[in-house]
Amino acid sequence: MRLRWLDLLLLGVLWLATAGSAPVRAAEQLRWGLDLEGGAPYGYADPANPSRIIGFERDIADELGKRLGRTFLPVQVNWDSLIPALSRNTVDVAMAGIEITEDHQRGALFTRPYCVYQQRIAVRRGDERVQVFEDLRGLKVGTVTSTAAHRELERLGKVDIKHYTDMFAVYEDLAIGRLDAVYIDQPVADFYAARNLRVRFIEPPRGVGFYGIALRKGDEALKRELDRAIGTMIEDGSLERILRRWRLWHPLQDKLNSYRDVQPIIRQDGPGLAQYLPVLLQGAWMTCRISLAAMVLAMGVGMLLALGRVFGPAPVRWLATGYVEIVRGTPLLIQLYMLYYALPKLGVELDAFVAGVLGLGLNYAANEAENYRAGLQAVPKGQHEACAALGMSRLQAIRHVILPQSLKVTIPPVTNDFIALFKDSSLVSVITLVELTKSYGMLASATYDYIRLGLLTAALYLVISYPAALLARWTEARLQRN
Amino acid sequence: MTPPVAISCRDLHKAFGSLKVLQGVDLEIRTGEKVVLLGPSGSGKSTLLRCMNRLEEVDSGTITLFDRPLDTSARELAALRAEVGMVFQGFHLFPHLSVLENVTLPQALVRGVGRTEAEQRARVLLGRVGMGHKADAWPPQLSGGQQQRVAIARALALEPKALLFDEPTSALDPEMVHEVLEVMNAIAAQGMTMVVVTHEMHFAERVADRIVFMDGGRVIEDAPPAVFFRQPATERARTFLSHLRVDRQRTETLRATGFLAN
Repeated sequence: MRLRWLDLLLLGVLWLATAGSAPVRAAEQLRWGLDLEGGAPYGYADPANPSRIIGFERDIADELGKRLGRTFLPVQVNWDSLIPALSRNTVDVAMAGIEITEDHQRGALFTRPYCVYQQRIAVRRGDERVQVFEDLRGLKVGTVTSTAAHRELERLGKVDIKHYTDMFAVYEDLAIGRLDAVYIDQPVADFYAARNLRVRFIEPPRGVGFYGIALRKGDEALKRELDRAIGTMIEDGSLERILRRWRLWHPLQDKLNSYRDVQPIIRQDGPGLAQYLPVLLQGAWMTCRISLAAMVLAMGVGMLLALGRVFGPAPVRWLATGYVEIVRGTPLLIQLYMLYYALPKLGVELDAFVAGVLGLGLNYAANEAENYRAGLQAVPKGQHEACAALGMSRLQAIRHVILPQSLKVTIPPVTNDFIALFKDSSLVSVITLVELTKSYGMLASATYDYIRLGLLTAALYLVISYPAALLARWTEARLQRN
Repeated sequence: MTPPVAISCRDLHKAFGSLKVLQGVDLEIRTGEKVVLLGPSGSGKSTLLRCMNRLEEVDSGTITLFDRPLDTSARELAALRAEVGMVFQGFHLFPHLSVLENVTLPQALVRGVGRTEAEQRARVLLGRVGMGHKADAWPPQLSGGQQQRVAIARALALEPKALLFDEPTSALDPEMVHEVLEVMNAIAAQGMTMVVVTHEMHFAERVADRIVFMDGGRVIEDAPPAVFFRQPATERARTFLSHLRVDRQRTETLRATGFLAN
């Protein structure tokens, strides 16, 4: 009987594990990796019918499918992870505005390009500081991680680069002054910035780049098939029709005729560890700063909440309890989004660092409050009575007798929480902060050196968190001694 | 000339839910008096004692300490409590502080005494309770009897006008009862006003000016020990005392036959 329940449980787990994973491919299907988040006008969810995917790449995929006698089966993958997804064999092709650059070619094989793009600098209306690309030096510029635009900004140097995945947000932040400029591929810029009246473009668009379909390295046969199909689409004008329909046609698209064969880059060696380290250390420094500040905030607010919950009058107790339950019951990620992206709509604009510290700190304050509460309530009633009988005020008793004794119970869980917060701090990358995990992601998506980078990053985390654990154990031992 | 009233209780009533613990208690304790509260368990003697510094709230009735009502602001209440020290069955020393700090902290917080002066006085008091050599020890390292003596020193540190003892020796091993009672004798000899809840009959007979016998939440007898122990006026007091004697005989028999350590 018990065994049968166990079987059911296992079946359930198996079902959950397989239900969400990438679809299994039929022989004639190509698993097509794309990122729907911020994916307009490439491939994105139709606002009128969100279960449908539309975009110029959708149209190209349909047309290519017809010519190859295969269907493109869309698979959602984060843009950063598209090329790794190829080598992990979760997708067969990646078509999502992936630029044919040296970086990207290090990780994937590319078909001949299907679209020419340029880059757009966007600024706030009325801001005249930027006339040419070089003026971006010293300014806060938003872009998308690992794009060609991102690399160009890095090469320019001295640019304060902010990383975004949400394309509405990047222009919104430009409009409200969190950014001085946005530098992104023209199709994205035209689609998203056109809706934002407080933003204007620096004309003309810059540079010339090519989008190609990324394939697994060694998939030469598929590359030949796709190259031929793209070629016929260029010749018979069907590609032009698609690009015109999406307002992406311009004279530069003629270059598609001449750029027929994308030579694979053989060179495998990326930058060495010595080049990674400064970037990772900078990220680690951000991680430390934000974790420490957030923890100080969490401990302070948590203490107030706990005191309110244990010793406060009824309304204070309810408020503190409500805070703890609401904050613990909602995801930190949502809280960060709210603080950074939603508050400006109410007129409160927070700097990303401040928002990150507030988000992490106020979230963990709820956990700390529970730790402190357990500690406070673990102090025996006799201690309260002894203080009262000696004529101490409530505040004196709490400060000199109750709190110090509660620490012994409180320190171990608070330390655990600090280490957890330290690791959770990686979530602040969603509000454009580049901490250790984001630094790792950026380097990894540029170099595909996942193993060495991963080990190095993990080692950095350990180097910081292990002393913290040691310190906690030492404090605990000292407290126990008394 | 009778000394002034230190603690006065008028018509105290108190119930824990449906259990009536005090049912109209009147009691007056004069300055310098030593009063022992006796009675079977559940008679309300501990509750009465705890009402005297408002660790328990009465449902009705009034209590005054040195003519000041106990039903007052938090600040005034704290000031009144400082005038009446309390010694608990469970000692309740502050385990995170050294013995010396246990005795100095209340002085600093409640009386605003400076550090050197507080430490000096603490050492004198610890010497008086025979704990001078343990000033730097931590409470958990001490025996029960030692902890209770430190607790008495802590209570004395605020120079209270009266001391309340709530079964101060009940949690102690028999061999430690003696050392605590000796300290209490010495305090009594110096003229301190004392209210003591205890089962130590020898102490009650030798030290008390009055025995207050309670049963069912009421004061049944209030007499000098010579009268109470020889000629109790009520049947209930007689029964209570005879049970105690039987207990004591049994204890002595056990000791004599070697089943119980001395």
